[in-house]
Amino acid sequence: MGMGAWLRDKPGFLERAYQVSYAMIRWMRPLIVRVGYTRAARWILPLERATKRVLFQCQMCGQCTLHETGMVCPMTCPKHLRNGACGGVRSNGNCEVIPDMRCVWVVAYERAQEMRIFGPEMITIKPPANHLLKDSSAWVNKISGEDQSQPKGWAELPHNPVIKKRFLEKDS
Amino acid sequence: MTESYKTTGHLEEILSKGLFAVTSELTPPDSANPQEVFDEAAMLAPLVDAFNATDGSSAHCHMSSISICSLLTRLGYPMVMQLSCRDRNRIAIQGDVLGAAAMGVSNILCLSGDDVTAGDQPEAKRVFDFDSIQLLRTIRIMRDKGTFLSGRKLKEPPKMFLGAASNPFMPPYDWRALRLAKKIEAGASFIQSQYCYDVPRLKSFMQQCRDLGLHELVYYMVGVGPLRSEKAAEYMRSRVPGVHIPDEIVERLHKTPAVRQREEGKRICVEIIDQVKEIEGVNGIHIMAYNQQDLIQEIVEEARLLPRPVRH
Repeated sequence: MGMGAWLRDKPGFLERAYQVSYAMIRWMRPLIVRVGYTRAARWILPLERATKRVLFQCQMCGQCTLHETGMVCPMTCPKHLRNGACGGVRSNGNCEVIPDMRCVWVVAYERAQEMRIFGPEMITIKPPANHLLKDSSAWVNKISGEDQSQPKGWAELPHNPVIKKRFLEKDS
Repeated sequence: MTESYKTTGHLEEILSKGLFAVTSELTPPDSANPQEVFDEAAMLAPLVDAFNATDGSSAHCHMSSISICSLLTRLGYPMVMQLSCRDRNRIAIQGDVLGAAAMGVSNILCLSGDDVTAGDQPEAKRVFDFDSIQLLRTIRIMRDKGTFLSGRKLKEPPKMFLGAASNPFMPPYDWRALRLAKKIEAGASFIQSQYCYDVPRLKSFMQQCRDLGLHELVYYMVGVGPLRSEKAAEYMRSRVPGVHIPDEIVERLHKTPAVRQREEGKRICVEIIDQVKEIEGVNGIHIMAYNQQDLIQEIVEEARLLPRPVRH
């Protein structure tokens, strides 16, 4: 078992690692802004690509939702679903498209159970991917706010009150 | 239901009155002749409350769902237009939603879609620009905010009763009820489920839904269908994505002589309808009788679902 596979099975650790790296990126924000997003991406991108590919088989969509999807890259789902699982999952939990592969969303759900911080985020609706961001740095996009760029009309609609109460409001 | 986006559709009317609804799939023809569509619709019209026009189901191409809707809305039939994310990107989809509303479609079933590899042209390019939940949300934005996804204004928003699929019969089992909640939040008002051959599994799923209060937020119609033979059952459970048929059912067909298997398949279907009707939170059934449309009459008769409420 490679290092990547070993780490992938530690979702609780990974979500904390995410928190730490997010804090670090935020801390580096002034520097990155000064250097410029494009130039910063030039040295961040190879590092990001290398680590995320080994860990998550990252597809470089440029808008990372890993922590909200059980630390599993949703773009490794052959249908690229960002709100899975689809109805085609096999009874053994494998993928409809690639019969020998565990369904990405079956794994995501399992791992989300072990994630205390971001596990519940599975329930939030992920907007459609912005294909303009493909192959750009999700880390830089995070700082620039680019990864939050939803389609303009993807505005807030009133929540279903029951769903909101039950799933979206954090317990205090 | 918490929110009402009243369409003038017959299906919404029946469900909102608390009546037990019956819908069925139409066989999309492999033909440029509309007559088959007209004939089947005429045969099924007294038996069901709305027809589903499928959108390249199992990734096989047939006459498209939007064109079947175009043929039948002209004759006043209530249609459920299935819309899958496999073949169209967001630009095409939003245009089709407007067109569907313009010709009188009041119901859209939003699906991710079977993968291209399930069909007879597995070399095709898959699109999946949206998933089913993003599709639901997009149409809800068009309907409730009156804009395209780009924010551009619509002169007249499409009035749509939005539906989604649900498959409680496949893993991750505990996620399925939560995913239903997610679909409701995205905009689903009704559900047509995958084929149900495992009633105990459905029951435990519906229990989870009731515990979450979902049965009060969405109309749940259970997918059913007659199995033609043991061979057909084996084919479906191994080749059709997402279909779960327990061994007991296949065994039951296996024990039946070949000539009587079709009859037995129908009987199983009626028994399943009888059982699911009793489950709290089930509001109707959706019959998928692939190439066995002639059995639908007997099925709804024997399940005591006739006569259907009159359409206005």
